[in-house]
Amino acid sequence: MSFDKKTIMHVAHLSNIDLPEDKIGEYTDKLSHVMTFIETLNEVDIEGIEPMTSVLDLELPLRKDEVTEGNIVTDILLNAPEKNDDYFVVPKIIE
Amino acid sequence: MTALTDLSLTDAQRLLKNGDISAVELVKAYLKAIEDAAILNCYVTICQDKAIEQAKQSDLRLSQGNARPLEGIPIGVKDVFCTKNVETTACSKILKGFIPPYESTVTQKLWDAGAIMLGKLNHDEFAMGSSTEYSCFGPVISPVRKNGETTAHVAGGSSGGSSASVAARLCLAATATDTGGSIRQPASLTGTVGIKPTYGLCSRYGIVAFASSLDQAGIITHTVEDSAAMLTQMVGYDHKDSTSLATTTPEYHTHLSKDVSQLRVGIPKEYTSSDMLPAIQRMWEETADMLAHQGAKIVEVSLPHTHYALPTYYVVALAEASSNLARYDGIRYGNNISNSTQLIQRYRENRAQFGEEVKRRIFLGTFVLSAKYYDAYYIKAQKVRRLIRDDFNTAFEKVDVLLTPTTSGAAFALGEKLDDPVAMYLNDLFTVPVNMAGLPAISFPMGKDSAGLPLGMQLIGKPLGEQTILNTAYFLEDARGKIPKLHPWWLNNTSKGM
Repeated sequence: MSFDKKTIMHVAHLSNIDLPEDKIGEYTDKLSHVMTFIETLNEVDIEGIEPMTSVLDLELPLRKDEVTEGNIVTDILLNAPEKNDDYFVVPKIIE
Repeated sequence: MTALTDLSLTDAQRLLKNGDISAVELVKAYLKAIEDAAILNCYVTICQDKAIEQAKQSDLRLSQGNARPLEGIPIGVKDVFCTKNVETTACSKILKGFIPPYESTVTQKLWDAGAIMLGKLNHDEFAMGSSTEYSCFGPVISPVRKNGETTAHVAGGSSGGSSASVAARLCLAATATDTGGSIRQPASLTGTVGIKPTYGLCSRYGIVAFASSLDQAGIITHTVEDSAAMLTQMVGYDHKDSTSLATTTPEYHTHLSKDVSQLRVGIPKEYTSSDMLPAIQRMWEETADMLAHQGAKIVEVSLPHTHYALPTYYVVALAEASSNLARYDGIRYGNNISNSTQLIQRYRENRAQFGEEVKRRIFLGTFVLSAKYYDAYYIKAQKVRRLIRDDFNTAFEKVDVLLTPTTSGAAFALGEKLDDPVAMYLNDLFTVPVNMAGLPAISFPMGKDSAGLPLGMQLIGKPLGEQTILNTAYFLEDARGKIPKLHPWWLNNTSKGM
Protein backbone atom coordinates (compact mmCIF):
# COMPACT_ATOMS: atom_id res chain seq x y z
CA MET A 1 0.00 0.00 0.00
CA SER A 2 1.05 3.60 -0.40
CA PHE A 3 0.89 6.21 2.29
CA ASP A 4 -1.64 8.85 1.25
CA LYS A 5 -2.26 12.22 2.85
CA LYS A 6 -5.15 10.90 4.96
CA THR A 7 -3.03 8.05 6.38
CA ILE A 8 -0.12 10.30 7.25
CA MET A 9 -2.42 12.82 8.96
CA HIS A 10 -3.97 9.97 10.94
CA VAL A 11 -0.65 8.53 12.19
CA ALA A 12 0.64 12.03 12.99
CA HIS A 13 -2.50 12.53 15.06
CA LEU A 14 -2.04 9.16 16.82
CA SER A 15 1.64 10.00 17.46
CA ASN A 16 0.85 13.47 18.85
CA ILE A 17 3.33 15.10 16.49
CA ASP A 18 2.62 18.42 14.78
CA LEU A 19 3.00 17.98 11.03
CA PRO A 20 3.14 21.12 8.88
CA GLU A 21 1.08 20.99 5.67
CA ASP A 22 4.12 21.60 3.43
CA LYS A 23 5.95 18.52 4.81
CA ILE A 24 3.19 16.01 4.09
CA GLY A 25 4.29 15.25 0.51
CA GLU A 26 7.81 14.37 1.59
CA TYR A 27 6.55 11.96 4.25
CA THR A 28 4.03 10.24 1.97
CA ASP A 29 6.75 9.70 -0.68
CA LYS A 30 9.43 8.34 1.63
CA LEU A 31 7.08 6.21 3.75
CA SER A 32 5.39 4.70 0.67
CA HIS A 33 8.84 3.68 -0.53
CA VAL A 34 9.56 1.98 2.83
CA MET A 35 6.14 0.26 2.78
CA THR A 36 6.90 -1.31 -0.62
CA PHE A 37 10.09 -2.69 0.89
CA ILE A 38 8.23 -4.02 3.96
CA GLU A 39 5.55 -5.69 1.85
CA THR A 40 8.02 -8.28 0.54
CA LEU A 41 6.96 -10.04 3.75
CA ASN A 42 3.75 -11.03 1.97
CA GLU A 43 5.80 -13.66 0.10
CA VAL A 44 6.56 -15.59 3.30
CA ASP A 45 4.46 -18.61 4.27
CA ILE A 46 3.64 -18.04 7.95
CA GLU A 47 0.90 -20.65 8.26
CA GLY A 48 0.92 -22.15 11.75
CA ILE A 49 3.85 -20.05 13.01
CA GLU A 50 3.55 -18.45 16.45
CA PRO A 51 4.51 -14.75 16.76
CA MET A 52 7.85 -14.24 18.51
CA THR A 53 7.85 -11.41 21.03
CA SER A 54 11.23 -12.02 22.65
CA VAL A 55 14.35 -14.08 22.03
CA LEU A 56 14.26 -15.17 25.66
CA ASP A 57 11.79 -17.73 26.91
CA LEU A 58 11.77 -16.10 30.33
CA GLU A 59 8.78 -15.44 32.47
CA LEU A 60 8.50 -11.81 33.41
CA PRO A 61 10.19 -11.56 36.80
CA LEU A 62 8.15 -9.94 39.56
CA ARG A 63 9.44 -8.26 42.68
CA LYS A 64 7.76 -7.26 45.95
CA ASP A 65 6.00 -3.92 45.74
CA GLU A 66 8.22 -2.00 48.12
CA VAL A 67 10.55 1.00 47.92
CA THR A 68 14.10 -0.27 47.42
CA GLU A 69 15.98 2.65 45.97
CA GLY A 70 14.80 5.75 44.29
CA ASN A 71 12.47 7.95 46.33
CA ILE A 72 14.29 10.87 44.75
CA VAL A 73 11.41 13.26 44.07
CA THR A 74 13.60 16.37 44.23
CA ASP A 75 16.17 14.93 41.81
CA ILE A 76 13.46 13.86 39.36
CA LEU A 77 11.81 17.27 39.44
CA LEU A 78 15.10 19.00 38.62
CA ASN A 79 14.49 18.02 34.99
CA ALA A 80 10.91 19.30 34.85
CA PRO A 81 10.54 22.37 32.62
CA GLU A 82 7.73 23.63 34.88
CA LYS A 83 6.96 22.52 38.44
CA ASN A 84 5.10 23.58 41.58
CA ASP A 85 6.16 22.06 44.91
CA ASP A 86 6.31 18.32 44.27
CA TYR A 87 4.25 18.42 41.08
CA PHE A 88 4.76 18.69 37.33
CA VAL A 89 2.78 21.59 35.89
CA VAL A 90 0.61 21.11 32.78
CA PRO A 91 -1.88 23.46 31.12
CA LYS A 92 -5.33 23.43 32.71
CA ILE A 93 -7.31 20.44 31.40
CA ILE A 94 -10.57 20.72 33.37
CA GLU A 95 -12.78 23.76 32.89
CA MET B 1 58.68 6.67 21.23
CA THR B 2 55.04 5.68 20.89
CA ALA B 3 52.58 8.45 21.72
CA LEU B 4 50.38 7.72 24.73
CA THR B 5 47.29 7.75 22.52
CA ASP B 6 48.78 5.06 20.24
CA LEU B 7 48.67 2.43 22.98
CA SER B 8 46.15 -0.37 22.97
CA LEU B 9 44.00 -0.69 26.08
CA THR B 10 45.84 -3.82 27.15
CA ASP B 11 49.24 -2.11 26.71
CA ALA B 12 48.07 0.93 28.66
CA GLN B 13 46.88 -1.36 31.49
CA ARG B 14 50.32 -2.94 31.73
CA LEU B 15 52.20 0.39 31.68
CA LEU B 16 49.85 1.86 34.30
CA LYS B 17 50.34 -1.14 36.59
CA ASN B 18 54.13 -0.95 36.23
CA GLY B 19 54.08 2.76 37.01
CA ASP B 20 55.65 3.60 33.63
CA ILE B 21 52.84 6.04 32.87
CA SER B 22 50.27 7.77 35.10
CA ALA B 23 46.52 7.88 34.61
CA VAL B 24 46.63 11.67 34.76
CA GLU B 25 49.10 11.96 31.88
CA LEU B 26 47.13 9.39 29.88
CA VAL B 27 43.85 11.27 30.41
CA LYS B 28 45.49 14.61 29.57
CA ALA B 29 46.92 13.17 26.35
CA TYR B 30 43.44 12.06 25.32
CA LEU B 31 41.82 15.38 26.26
CA LYS B 32 44.38 17.14 24.06
CA ALA B 33 43.75 14.69 21.20
CA ILE B 34 39.99 15.28 21.51
CA GLU B 35 40.49 19.05 21.35
CA ASP B 36 42.72 18.72 18.29
CA ALA B 37 40.17 16.51 16.52
CA ALA B 38 37.17 18.80 17.08
CA ILE B 39 36.50 18.80 13.33
CA LEU B 40 35.54 15.10 13.47
CA ASN B 41 32.61 16.00 15.76
CA CYS B 42 32.94 12.79 17.82
CA TYR B 43 32.27 14.17 21.29
CA VAL B 44 29.10 16.04 22.24
CA THR B 45 30.15 16.56 25.89
CA ILE B 46 33.70 16.59 27.26
CA CYS B 47 34.16 15.85 30.98
CA GLN B 48 37.59 17.41 31.42
CA ASP B 49 37.62 18.23 35.16
CA LYS B 50 35.81 15.08 36.20
CA ALA B 51 38.15 12.90 34.11
CA ILE B 52 41.30 14.46 35.61
CA GLU B 53 39.87 14.16 39.12
CA GLN B 54 39.07 10.47 38.52
CA ALA B 55 42.56 9.92 37.07
CA LYS B 56 44.16 11.31 40.25
CA GLN B 57 42.17 8.78 42.28
CA SER B 58 43.25 6.01 39.90
CA ASP B 59 46.92 7.00 40.29
CA LEU B 60 46.50 6.83 44.06
CA ARG B 61 45.01 3.33 43.86
CA LEU B 62 47.71 2.22 41.40
CA SER B 63 50.44 3.46 43.74
CA GLN B 64 48.79 1.76 46.71
CA GLY B 65 48.53 -1.55 44.90
CA ASN B 66 44.73 -1.77 44.98
CA ALA B 67 44.03 -1.09 41.34
CA ARG B 68 40.77 -2.37 39.85
CA PRO B 69 40.64 -4.24 36.49
CA LEU B 70 40.29 -1.12 34.28
CA GLU B 71 42.03 1.31 36.63
CA GLY B 72 42.86 4.58 34.87
CA ILE B 73 41.56 3.53 31.42
CA PRO B 74 40.02 6.56 29.61
CA ILE B 75 36.93 5.70 27.57
CA GLY B 76 34.16 7.45 25.66
CA VAL B 77 30.45 6.83 26.28
CA LYS B 78 27.76 6.87 23.61
CA ASP B 79 25.26 9.57 24.56
CA VAL B 80 22.41 7.05 24.92
CA PHE B 81 23.84 5.78 28.23
CA CYS B 82 22.41 7.78 31.14
CA THR B 83 25.27 9.22 33.17
CA LYS B 84 24.41 10.65 36.56
CA ASN B 85 24.73 14.46 36.67
CA VAL B 86 26.17 14.54 33.12
CA GLU B 87 23.84 15.71 30.34
CA THR B 88 22.45 12.81 28.28
CA THR B 89 20.64 13.78 25.08
CA ALA B 90 20.39 10.70 22.82
CA CYS B 91 21.52 13.36 20.30
CA SER B 92 17.96 14.67 20.14
CA LYS B 93 16.73 18.24 20.55
CA ILE B 94 13.93 16.95 22.75
CA LEU B 95 16.40 15.77 25.42
CA LYS B 96 18.71 18.80 25.33
CA GLY B 97 19.47 19.76 28.91
CA PHE B 98 18.40 16.43 30.41
CA ILE B 99 20.56 15.60 33.43
CA PRO B 100 19.94 11.99 34.51
CA PRO B 101 19.45 11.49 38.25
CA TYR B 102 20.83 7.96 37.91
CA GLU B 103 23.58 5.99 36.14
CA SER B 104 23.12 3.20 33.58
CA THR B 105 24.15 -0.21 34.92
CA VAL B 106 26.76 -0.80 32.20
CA THR B 107 28.55 2.52 32.79
CA GLN B 108 28.32 2.08 36.57
CA LYS B 109 30.06 -1.29 36.21
CA LEU B 110 32.82 0.36 34.17
CA TRP B 111 33.36 3.14 36.75
CA ASP B 112 33.37 0.51 39.52
CA ALA B 113 36.12 -1.28 37.55
CA GLY B 114 38.21 1.91 37.49
CA ALA B 115 37.51 3.21 33.96
CA ILE B 116 37.43 6.98 33.40
CA MET B 117 34.85 8.86 31.31
CA LEU B 118 36.39 11.36 28.87
CA GLY B 119 33.00 12.45 27.58
CA LYS B 120 29.83 11.57 25.70
CA LEU B 121 29.88 10.49 22.07
CA ASN B 122 27.84 11.53 19.05
CA HIS B 123 25.45 9.10 17.28
CA ASP B 124 22.27 9.07 15.21
CA GLU B 125 19.31 10.53 17.11
CA PHE B 126 17.90 7.82 19.42
CA ALA B 127 20.38 5.41 17.76
CA MET B 128 18.26 5.41 14.58
CA GLY B 129 20.50 5.47 11.53
CA SER B 130 23.52 3.96 9.84
CA SER B 131 25.71 7.02 9.21
CA THR B 132 25.52 9.35 12.26
CA GLU B 133 24.11 11.99 9.94
CA TYR B 134 20.82 12.03 11.87
CA SER B 135 22.26 13.64 15.02
CA CYS B 136 21.02 17.00 16.29
CA PHE B 137 24.72 17.84 16.82
CA GLY B 138 25.54 17.35 13.14
CA PRO B 139 27.32 14.42 11.49
CA VAL B 140 30.47 12.65 12.65
CA ILE B 141 33.29 12.92 10.07
CA SER B 142 35.19 9.67 9.72
CA PRO B 143 38.95 9.82 10.38
CA VAL B 144 39.14 7.30 7.52
CA ARG B 145 39.23 8.63 3.95
CA LYS B 146 40.03 7.22 0.51
CA ASN B 147 43.73 7.12 -0.40
CA GLY B 148 44.85 10.53 -1.62
CA GLU B 149 41.36 12.06 -1.41
CA THR B 150 39.78 14.60 0.94
CA THR B 151 36.06 13.80 0.52
CA ALA B 152 34.44 13.40 3.94
CA HIS B 153 33.09 9.92 4.62
CA VAL B 154 30.67 8.62 7.23
CA ALA B 155 31.92 6.67 10.25
CA GLY B 156 28.85 4.42 10.13
CA GLY B 157 26.01 4.46 12.59
CA SER B 158 24.35 4.70 14.79
CA SER B 159 27.50 4.48 16.98
CA GLY B 160 29.56 6.69 14.62
CA GLY B 161 31.05 8.81 17.42
CA SER B 162 32.17 5.60 19.14
CA SER B 163 33.79 4.11 16.04
CA ALA B 164 35.39 7.37 14.88
CA SER B 165 36.75 8.25 18.33
CA VAL B 166 38.41 4.83 18.65
CA ALA B 167 39.78 4.93 15.07
CA ALA B 168 41.15 8.48 15.57
CA ARG B 169 42.57 7.48 18.96
CA LEU B 170 40.43 9.85 21.00
CA CYS B 171 39.77 7.16 23.64
CA LEU B 172 40.95 3.62 24.40
CA ALA B 173 37.47 2.15 24.00
CA ALA B 174 33.94 3.44 23.48
CA THR B 175 30.64 2.05 24.70
CA ALA B 176 28.02 1.59 22.02
CA THR B 177 24.60 0.01 21.43
CA ASP B 178 23.41 -2.29 18.66
CA THR B 179 19.75 -2.71 17.67
CA GLY B 180 20.28 -3.74 14.04
CA GLY B 181 24.03 -3.33 13.50
CA SER B 182 24.84 -0.03 15.22
CA ILE B 183 28.07 -1.39 16.77
CA ARG B 184 29.27 -3.71 14.01
CA GLN B 185 28.60 -1.58 10.92
CA PRO B 186 30.46 1.52 12.25
CA ALA B 187 33.31 -0.71 13.44
CA SER B 188 33.52 -2.25 9.96
CA LEU B 189 33.55 1.15 8.24
CA THR B 190 36.34 2.54 10.45
CA GLY B 191 38.70 -0.44 10.82
CA THR B 192 37.88 -1.01 14.50
CA VAL B 193 36.62 -3.99 16.53
CA GLY B 194 32.98 -3.98 17.65
CA ILE B 195 31.20 -6.66 19.66
CA LYS B 196 27.47 -7.02 20.28
CA PRO B 197 26.86 -9.63 22.99
CA THR B 198 23.94 -12.03 23.37
CA TYR B 199 20.63 -10.29 24.07
CA GLY B 200 20.25 -10.01 27.86
CA LEU B 201 23.96 -10.25 28.71
CA CYS B 202 24.47 -6.50 29.27
CA SER B 203 21.81 -4.73 31.28
CA ARG B 204 19.62 -2.28 29.36
CA TYR B 205 18.90 -0.31 32.53
CA GLY B 206 19.62 3.38 31.99
CA ILE B 207 20.11 3.10 28.23
CA VAL B 208 17.74 5.31 26.24
CA ALA B 209 15.45 2.72 24.64
CA PHE B 210 15.00 2.33 20.87
CA ALA B 211 13.59 -1.20 20.34
CA SER B 212 13.58 -3.07 23.62
CA SER B 213 13.48 -6.64 22.24
CA LEU B 214 16.57 -5.92 20.09
CA ASP B 215 18.71 -3.30 21.91
CA GLN B 216 21.97 -4.52 23.38
CA ALA B 217 25.03 -2.68 24.71
CA GLY B 218 28.55 -3.51 23.59
CA ILE B 219 31.94 -1.99 22.97
CA ILE B 220 34.18 -0.66 20.18
CA THR B 221 37.96 -1.06 20.63
CA HIS B 222 41.26 -1.24 18.74
CA THR B 223 41.88 -4.95 19.26
CA VAL B 224 40.06 -8.18 20.05
CA GLU B 225 41.95 -8.51 23.34
CA ASP B 226 40.78 -5.00 24.34
CA SER B 227 37.23 -5.99 23.41
CA ALA B 228 37.42 -9.07 25.65
CA ALA B 229 38.85 -7.04 28.56
CA MET B 230 36.09 -4.43 28.33
CA LEU B 231 33.22 -6.88 27.80
CA THR B 232 34.25 -8.85 30.89
CA GLN B 233 33.46 -5.79 33.02
CA MET B 234 30.19 -4.88 31.27
CA VAL B 235 28.16 -8.10 31.46
CA GLY B 236 26.15 -9.59 34.31
CA TYR B 237 22.67 -10.07 35.75
CA ASP B 238 20.78 -6.94 36.74
CA HIS B 239 17.45 -7.09 38.57
CA LYS B 240 16.63 -3.64 37.16
CA ASP B 241 16.32 -5.11 33.63
CA SER B 242 13.47 -7.61 33.26
CA THR B 243 15.22 -9.27 30.29
CA SER B 244 18.61 -9.62 31.99
CA LEU B 245 20.14 -13.11 31.82
CA ALA B 246 21.02 -14.81 35.10
CA THR B 247 24.13 -16.58 33.91
CA THR B 248 27.80 -16.80 34.79
CA THR B 249 30.34 -15.49 32.29
CA PRO B 250 34.07 -16.17 32.03
CA GLU B 251 36.80 -13.53 32.16
CA TYR B 252 36.91 -13.40 28.38
CA HIS B 253 40.38 -11.80 28.09
CA THR B 254 42.13 -14.37 30.29
CA HIS B 255 40.52 -17.23 28.32
CA LEU B 256 41.52 -16.01 24.86
CA SER B 257 42.94 -18.73 22.63
CA LYS B 258 44.07 -18.77 19.00
CA ASP B 259 43.38 -22.47 18.61
CA VAL B 260 40.75 -22.85 15.90
CA SER B 261 41.70 -26.38 14.84
CA GLN B 262 38.48 -27.96 16.12
CA LEU B 263 36.21 -25.15 14.95
CA ARG B 264 33.28 -25.71 12.59
CA VAL B 265 32.69 -22.54 10.56
CA GLY B 266 29.46 -21.98 8.64
CA ILE B 267 29.31 -19.89 5.46
CA PRO B 268 25.69 -18.80 4.92
CA LYS B 269 25.08 -19.05 1.19
CA GLU B 270 22.28 -16.44 1.25
CA TYR B 271 24.79 -13.73 2.19
CA THR B 272 26.47 -13.89 -1.20
CA SER B 273 25.00 -11.55 -3.75
CA SER B 274 25.93 -10.58 -7.27
CA ASP B 275 26.40 -6.93 -6.33
CA MET B 276 28.87 -7.66 -3.54
CA LEU B 277 32.16 -5.78 -3.93
CA PRO B 278 34.84 -8.09 -5.39
CA ALA B 279 37.19 -6.96 -2.60
CA ILE B 280 34.69 -8.14 0.00
CA GLN B 281 34.08 -11.45 -1.73
CA ARG B 282 37.86 -12.02 -1.89
CA MET B 283 38.37 -11.05 1.76
CA TRP B 284 35.63 -13.47 2.78
CA GLU B 285 37.24 -16.37 0.89
CA GLU B 286 40.71 -15.55 2.21
CA THR B 287 39.44 -15.38 5.79
CA ALA B 288 37.79 -18.79 5.42
CA ASP B 289 41.07 -20.13 3.98
CA MET B 290 43.05 -18.86 6.97
CA LEU B 291 40.75 -20.83 9.26
CA ALA B 292 40.82 -23.93 7.05
CA HIS B 293 44.65 -23.89 7.07
CA GLN B 294 44.56 -24.28 10.85
CA GLY B 295 42.28 -27.29 10.59
CA ALA B 296 38.91 -25.58 11.00
CA LYS B 297 36.09 -27.20 9.08
CA ILE B 298 34.37 -24.87 6.63
CA VAL B 299 30.73 -25.79 5.96
CA GLU B 300 28.19 -24.14 3.68
CA VAL B 301 24.93 -23.52 5.56
CA SER B 302 21.57 -22.09 4.58
CA LEU B 303 19.60 -19.33 6.33
CA PRO B 304 16.63 -19.32 3.94
CA HIS B 305 14.77 -16.33 5.43
CA THR B 306 17.76 -13.93 5.33
CA HIS B 307 16.11 -11.91 2.57
CA TYR B 308 13.21 -11.07 4.89
CA ALA B 309 15.23 -10.05 7.94
CA LEU B 310 15.47 -6.39 7.02
CA PRO B 311 11.76 -5.76 6.32
CA THR B 312 10.91 -7.78 9.44
CA TYR B 313 13.32 -5.67 11.43
CA TYR B 314 11.78 -2.42 10.22
CA VAL B 315 8.31 -3.49 11.33
CA VAL B 316 9.34 -4.89 14.72
CA ALA B 317 11.92 -2.21 15.59
CA LEU B 318 9.75 0.72 14.53
CA ALA B 319 6.68 -0.61 16.34
CA GLU B 320 8.74 -0.84 19.53
CA ALA B 321 10.32 2.56 18.87
CA SER B 322 6.98 4.32 18.44
CA SER B 323 5.92 2.92 21.79
CA ASN B 324 9.23 3.73 23.56
CA LEU B 325 9.34 7.27 22.22
CA ALA B 326 5.77 8.02 23.34
CA ARG B 327 7.27 9.10 26.68
CA TYR B 328 8.87 12.28 25.33
CA ASP B 329 6.43 15.10 25.90
CA GLY B 330 8.53 17.98 27.28
CA ILE B 331 6.41 18.01 30.46
CA ARG B 332 8.25 15.84 32.97
CA TYR B 333 11.72 16.26 31.49
CA GLY B 334 13.30 17.31 28.25
CA ASN B 335 13.09 20.50 26.26
CA ASN B 336 9.75 22.32 26.41
CA ILE B 337 9.42 24.74 23.47
CA SER B 338 5.64 25.15 23.56
CA ASN B 339 3.63 27.98 25.10
CA SER B 340 0.32 26.37 24.23
CA THR B 341 -2.39 26.44 26.88
CA GLN B 342 -3.79 23.18 25.46
CA LEU B 343 -2.12 20.04 26.83
CA ILE B 344 -2.39 17.95 23.64
CA GLN B 345 -1.15 20.84 21.50
CA ARG B 346 1.80 21.19 23.85
CA TYR B 347 2.65 17.51 23.29
CA ARG B 348 2.33 17.96 19.56
CA GLU B 349 4.63 20.99 19.41
CA ASN B 350 7.26 19.50 21.72
CA ARG B 351 7.29 16.17 19.87
CA ALA B 352 7.74 17.98 16.56
CA GLN B 353 11.34 18.54 17.79
CA PHE B 354 12.20 14.96 16.77
CA GLY B 355 14.38 14.84 13.65
CA GLU B 356 12.89 13.80 10.31
CA GLU B 357 14.15 10.19 10.39
CA VAL B 358 12.89 9.66 13.95
CA LYS B 359 9.49 11.06 12.95
CA ARG B 360 9.34 8.77 9.93
CA ARG B 361 10.05 5.82 12.18
CA ILE B 362 7.47 6.85 14.78
CA PHE B 363 4.86 7.29 12.03
CA LEU B 364 5.61 3.88 10.52
CA GLY B 365 5.70 2.18 13.91
CA THR B 366 2.41 3.80 14.87
CA PHE B 367 0.93 2.71 11.56
CA VAL B 368 1.87 -0.98 11.89
CA LEU B 369 0.50 -1.01 15.45
CA SER B 370 -2.77 0.72 14.54
CA ALA B 371 -5.89 -1.43 14.92
CA LYS B 372 -6.57 -1.92 11.21
CA TYR B 373 -3.04 -3.02 10.28
CA TYR B 374 -1.78 -4.74 13.44
CA ASP B 375 -2.26 -8.32 12.16
CA ALA B 376 -1.23 -7.62 8.58
CA TYR B 377 2.12 -6.09 9.50
CA TYR B 378 3.13 -6.37 13.15
CA ILE B 379 1.96 -9.90 13.93
CA LYS B 380 3.14 -11.12 10.54
CA ALA B 381 6.62 -9.66 11.15
CA GLN B 382 6.78 -11.35 14.55
CA LYS B 383 6.01 -14.66 12.88
CA VAL B 384 8.71 -14.16 10.26
CA ARG B 385 11.07 -13.23 13.09
CA ARG B 386 10.57 -16.71 14.52
CA LEU B 387 11.43 -18.27 11.14
CA ILE B 388 14.64 -16.21 11.03
CA ARG B 389 15.60 -17.37 14.53
CA ASP B 390 14.78 -20.99 13.64
CA ASP B 391 17.10 -20.73 10.60
CA PHE B 392 19.99 -19.88 12.94
CA ASN B 393 19.07 -22.72 15.34
CA THR B 394 19.18 -25.19 12.45
CA ALA B 395 22.52 -23.85 11.18
CA PHE B 396 24.06 -24.03 14.66
CA GLU B 397 23.30 -27.75 14.86
CA LYS B 398 26.12 -28.17 12.33
CA VAL B 399 28.56 -25.33 13.09
CA ASP B 400 30.02 -23.35 16.02
CA VAL B 401 30.25 -19.95 14.34
CA LEU B 402 29.07 -18.26 11.17
CA LEU B 403 31.46 -16.19 9.07
CA THR B 404 30.14 -13.33 6.91
CA PRO B 405 31.24 -9.88 5.81
CA THR B 406 29.87 -7.19 8.16
CA THR B 407 28.65 -4.93 5.37
CA SER B 408 28.20 -5.27 1.60
CA GLY B 409 30.23 -2.11 0.95
CA ALA B 410 32.83 0.22 2.44
CA ALA B 411 32.18 3.66 3.98
CA PHE B 412 30.22 6.05 1.75
CA ALA B 413 30.51 9.80 1.34
CA LEU B 414 28.63 12.16 3.62
CA GLY B 415 25.17 12.89 2.21
CA GLU B 416 25.30 10.06 -0.33
CA LYS B 417 22.38 8.03 1.09
CA LEU B 418 20.47 10.72 2.97
CA ASP B 419 17.60 11.06 0.50
CA ASP B 420 16.76 7.39 0.27
CA PRO B 421 15.79 5.73 3.57
CA VAL B 422 15.74 2.24 2.03
CA ALA B 423 19.30 2.64 0.62
CA MET B 424 20.38 3.64 4.12
CA TYR B 425 18.57 0.65 5.68
CA LEU B 426 20.34 -1.76 3.28
CA ASN B 427 23.58 -1.00 5.16
CA ASP B 428 22.34 -3.35 7.86
CA LEU B 429 21.58 -6.31 5.58
CA PHE B 430 24.18 -8.62 7.17
CA THR B 431 23.90 -7.34 10.75
CA VAL B 432 20.12 -7.20 11.35
CA PRO B 433 19.43 -10.99 11.32
CA VAL B 434 21.69 -11.35 14.39
CA ASN B 435 19.55 -8.96 16.42
CA MET B 436 16.34 -10.70 15.33
CA ALA B 437 17.72 -13.89 16.92
CA GLY B 438 19.48 -12.20 19.89
CA LEU B 439 22.86 -13.73 19.01
CA PRO B 440 26.37 -12.46 19.81
CA ALA B 441 28.47 -11.15 16.92
CA ILE B 442 31.76 -9.35 16.42
CA SER B 443 33.08 -7.23 13.55
CA PHE B 444 36.82 -6.85 13.05
CA PRO B 445 38.92 -5.38 10.23
CA MET B 446 40.22 -7.92 7.69
CA GLY B 447 40.78 -6.00 4.48
CA LYS B 448 40.52 -2.86 2.39
CA ASP B 449 38.73 -1.89 -0.80
CA SER B 450 40.57 -0.59 -3.88
CA ALA B 451 40.49 2.97 -2.48
CA GLY B 452 42.00 1.92 0.84
CA LEU B 453 38.78 2.05 2.90
CA PRO B 454 38.60 -0.58 5.67
CA LEU B 455 36.37 -3.66 5.36
CA GLY B 456 35.21 -5.81 8.27
CA MET B 457 34.37 -9.46 8.72
CA GLN B 458 31.64 -10.64 11.07
CA LEU B 459 31.59 -13.75 13.25
CA ILE B 460 28.19 -14.78 14.62
CA GLY B 461 28.04 -17.09 17.65
CA LYS B 462 25.50 -19.28 19.39
CA PRO B 463 23.65 -17.71 22.34
CA LEU B 464 26.33 -16.98 25.00
CA GLY B 465 29.05 -17.98 22.51
CA GLU B 466 31.05 -14.76 23.13
CA GLN B 467 34.25 -16.63 24.00
CA THR B 468 34.17 -18.63 20.76
CA ILE B 469 33.73 -15.60 18.49
CA LEU B 470 36.35 -13.64 20.45
CA ASN B 471 38.83 -16.52 20.15
CA THR B 472 38.22 -16.92 16.43
CA ALA B 473 38.58 -13.18 15.84
CA TYR B 474 41.73 -13.21 18.02
CA PHE B 475 43.29 -15.81 15.73
CA LEU B 476 42.23 -14.01 12.53
CA GLU B 477 43.45 -10.63 13.77
CA ASP B 478 46.87 -12.18 14.34
CA ALA B 479 46.84 -13.97 10.96
CA ARG B 480 45.90 -10.69 9.26
CA GLY B 481 48.81 -8.75 10.75
CA LYS B 482 49.11 -5.20 12.06
CA ILE B 483 47.09 -2.35 10.57
CA PRO B 484 49.12 0.81 9.85
CA LYS B 485 48.27 3.90 11.87
CA LEU B 486 45.87 6.40 10.26
CA HIS B 487 47.45 9.61 9.01
CA PRO B 488 46.00 12.29 11.35
CA TRP B 489 44.88 14.69 8.59
CA TRP B 490 42.30 16.21 10.91
CA LEU B 491 45.04 17.99 12.91
CA ASN B 492 45.79 20.38 10.02
CA ASN B 493 42.26 21.67 10.15
CA THR B 494 42.27 22.84 13.75
CA SER B 495 43.27 26.38 14.61
CA LYS B 496 45.88 25.16 17.06
CA GLY B 497 47.25 22.25 15.03
CA MET B 498 49.78 20.02 16.79
